[in-house]
Amino acid sequence: MPAQAEAVIQTSECFHCGETLPAGISLYARVDHATHPVCCQGCKVVAELIDGGGLTGYYKSRTALPAKGDATADVTGDSEDSFYDLPSVQQELVREVGDGHVEATLLLEGVTCSACLWLNERHLQSLDGVSHAEVNYTTRQALVRWDARRLRFSEVLAAVRAIGYRAVPATVENVEVLRRRERRASLWRMAVAGLGMMQVMMYAVPAYVAQEAALSADQSQLMRWASFILTVPVMAFACTPFYRGAWRDLRNRSLGMDVPVALGLLLAFVASTYATLSGRGEVYFDSVSMFAFLLLLGRHLELVAREKAGRGIERLAQSMPLKARKLSRFPLDESETLLPASALLPGDIVVVRAGEVFPADGVILRGETQADESLLTGESLPVRRGPGAPVIAGAVNRHSPVLMKVERVGEHSRLAHIGRLIARAAAQRPHLGRLADRVAAGFVWAVLLIALLTAVGWSLVDPDRALWAVVAVLVVSCPCALSLATPTVLVTATTALARRGFVVTRADAIESLANTTHFAFDKTGTLTQGRIRLARVEAFAAEDADGVVRWAAALERQSEHPIAQAFIGASAPADNDVIVTQRRNVPGQGVEGYIDGRRYRLGNARFTGADGSRPRPADANTCVWLADNDKVLARFDLADTIRPGAASTVNALRAMGNTILLFSGDAPAVVAETARALHIARFEGGLDPEGKLEALRTLQSTGARVAMVGDGVNDAPVLAQAHLSIAMGAGAALAQTQADAVLTATDLSALVEAVKIAQRARAIMKQNLAWAMVYNLSAIPLAVGGWLTPWMAGIGMALSSLLVLLNAMRLLRPSTAAGTPEPAPLLSHA
Amino acid sequence: MDVLYLLIPLSIVLVFVIGVAFWWSVRSGQFDDLEGPAFRILQDDD
Repeated sequence: MPAQAEAVIQTSECFHCGETLPAGISLYARVDHATHPVCCQGCKVVAELIDGGGLTGYYKSRTALPAKGDATADVTGDSEDSFYDLPSVQQELVREVGDGHVEATLLLEGVTCSACLWLNERHLQSLDGVSHAEVNYTTRQALVRWDARRLRFSEVLAAVRAIGYRAVPATVENVEVLRRRERRASLWRMAVAGLGMMQVMMYAVPAYVAQEAALSADQSQLMRWASFILTVPVMAFACTPFYRGAWRDLRNRSLGMDVPVALGLLLAFVASTYATLSGRGEVYFDSVSMFAFLLLLGRHLELVAREKAGRGIERLAQSMPLKARKLSRFPLDESETLLPASALLPGDIVVVRAGEVFPADGVILRGETQADESLLTGESLPVRRGPGAPVIAGAVNRHSPVLMKVERVGEHSRLAHIGRLIARAAAQRPHLGRLADRVAAGFVWAVLLIALLTAVGWSLVDPDRALWAVVAVLVVSCPCALSLATPTVLVTATTALARRGFVVTRADAIESLANTTHFAFDKTGTLTQGRIRLARVEAFAAEDADGVVRWAAALERQSEHPIAQAFIGASAPADNDVIVTQRRNVPGQGVEGYIDGRRYRLGNARFTGADGSRPRPADANTCVWLADNDKVLARFDLADTIRPGAASTVNALRAMGNTILLFSGDAPAVVAETARALHIARFEGGLDPEGKLEALRTLQSTGARVAMVGDGVNDAPVLAQAHLSIAMGAGAALAQTQADAVLTATDLSALVEAVKIAQRARAIMKQNLAWAMVYNLSAIPLAVGGWLTPWMAGIGMALSSLLVLLNAMRLLRPSTAAGTPEPAPLLSHA
Repeated sequence: MDVLYLLIPLSIVLVFVIGVAFWWSVRSGQFDDLEGPAFRILQDDD
């Protein structure tokens, strides 16, 4: 092997996840015969596994960075997922395909770009026992078929976790099946109209361009019949959504765009058919089919964008079946039965192990632990829960196994209550989106009235021309351009936003984003990652530099304290061999123990005898010191990681004229620290959900348009109250289903890009509406006057629609050189 | 120009044939994932 291939690649970022390498930590992963630095044990394992599987193509072709590897991930599939091996659970998740093979659909989470999907597919295919694995890049679902005799379901799930992603078995497939049917039908309708349009135009052109008598009467009649035959499927099949829509509108006594569309189509078709049969008058089958095709194209684009936006949300809302370990014969014996949490009844006794989620509301009977309720209450630090203390469904058991008695399950639990609170708040939202429909309804009335007046007027003057003038009015005024003006922009804007990791879930979110004046952030999980990490290691004596992290990690190894995790994550697995004797925990102070006969103390300044008054670096929330018997060896700076790009995002948003606020449920001191680090002048800490809601209302009463960026379930009522709500992709699933938009990019600066795109989208929407209005206002009088024949009207309509569409497409062009624009054509998401 | 009497009916038949071919390709799922094949062809190099 050549010497340079052995070289260590010098960089300041983790090879796998791209995070800044913590100072003083040296971990390396061997990938493609080179040694790359990585930030933690988890990334090292994942990178080496990818290398081992010969899948390093992933690193070359990825366009977005993955999540950090998790060193504690259980990759054997023995304990965590064995739940999925139970026949009762598998019933609804796994299908038999014969010959001992089974198949299941998995939702992949943590996917950031196409390369991730490829990696998952290849990794699943390489498993021994898997006969087929296929990932759909559009739906991000994996279809896996395997030999049930050689591989367990849990092992398949564990394999995905081993490379740093998460696979959740899809329980409800019906939504996707329905959606696929809808998508295929829409595509097929569009194709019928498109084929009809192209061919009918071929037959129509000779009639337009031929000299007098160049075509015999027979020949032109043949062309008419051919046009008729090809227009029938367009009218009878492709256009059915318009008839259905018009019929629904008429029944509801409200006028939508579908009414004049259906009327114009039917009138033009019936009149052309009459002309064909009688051999007198003009035929306009070409206008009819072109008209149908353009409208169907617009609808198809809208469907695709809507689906794309909806999919990301649903998969997060689709929670996997929660498991519970019931002790059915407690207190006689403590044998566990695994069952789905939905099967629990009040009064059941369950055991909840460390790292598991409490399956129901209840009280602790035995054991003492720390419960992480951050998703429910916003409290970022775990709370102590001993015998008799209440626990909430959805909280995570952080520390040690406990026995609990179930009190409330399912819809009676607090989680469900919070869900209802959100639904109510969401119902109170003002519906801005209805405005466009109301304007359109007025427009439709006007068009119908004008058409009627034209019919009456022409039948008095020249009855022969009346029908064609009416058709011309209906076709030319077809609110095509008008109805395409906003949807096309919304579609392209949604696509452009999704590419940058900003998924819109409500149509008016784009407009709201464009006119937002205030951005309110929630500290936990929004501006920071909510994870304590070792920011800096300062060894006071050079010869100790290598040892200090190892010793500190060894001392902390058995601790569940969040600080301990920072040390363990930073050390190499070989350090597991360091033996600590006489380990002693001093609550609130630190830990001490003997390594190789030397006594070490790790803890606060007083405990270790360090000089705590020395100035600390500004970005460190906490410092701990390591000391041996006679001197202080090192100082460790611990910090909650600020999200990549948080500072630049805050600055950029402010530069765009927005006010930045920080509302948080965390302790005021911590909030002040974060606000200072990010130069945010207005902040409030220690707020409960009601407090946040109150602060938001006060702000809104002054006329501010507030965009709330949050993540926890407790924030959901606040998200619903805000002018625009944006949930972070990593946050609780429940909040995301209610938010107007979800930021799936790990980099916050996607928010700045999103605001820019939204503002451009608003400008283009205005241009489109203005153009459509000008076009209709000038073309309708011409049609009424009889100067426009239907074919001219058809071309005018098509050209104005095309102009609107092309204008909207401008959004897909990257506005700046920044970022990594993917060259994906608009239609690539069908 | 008498060939028109043959060509025009023929073109109609052709349109229907193309229509059926497209219907089949939609039904068999060829349009369900338009991103995957483009990516796979670049990656499958072993």
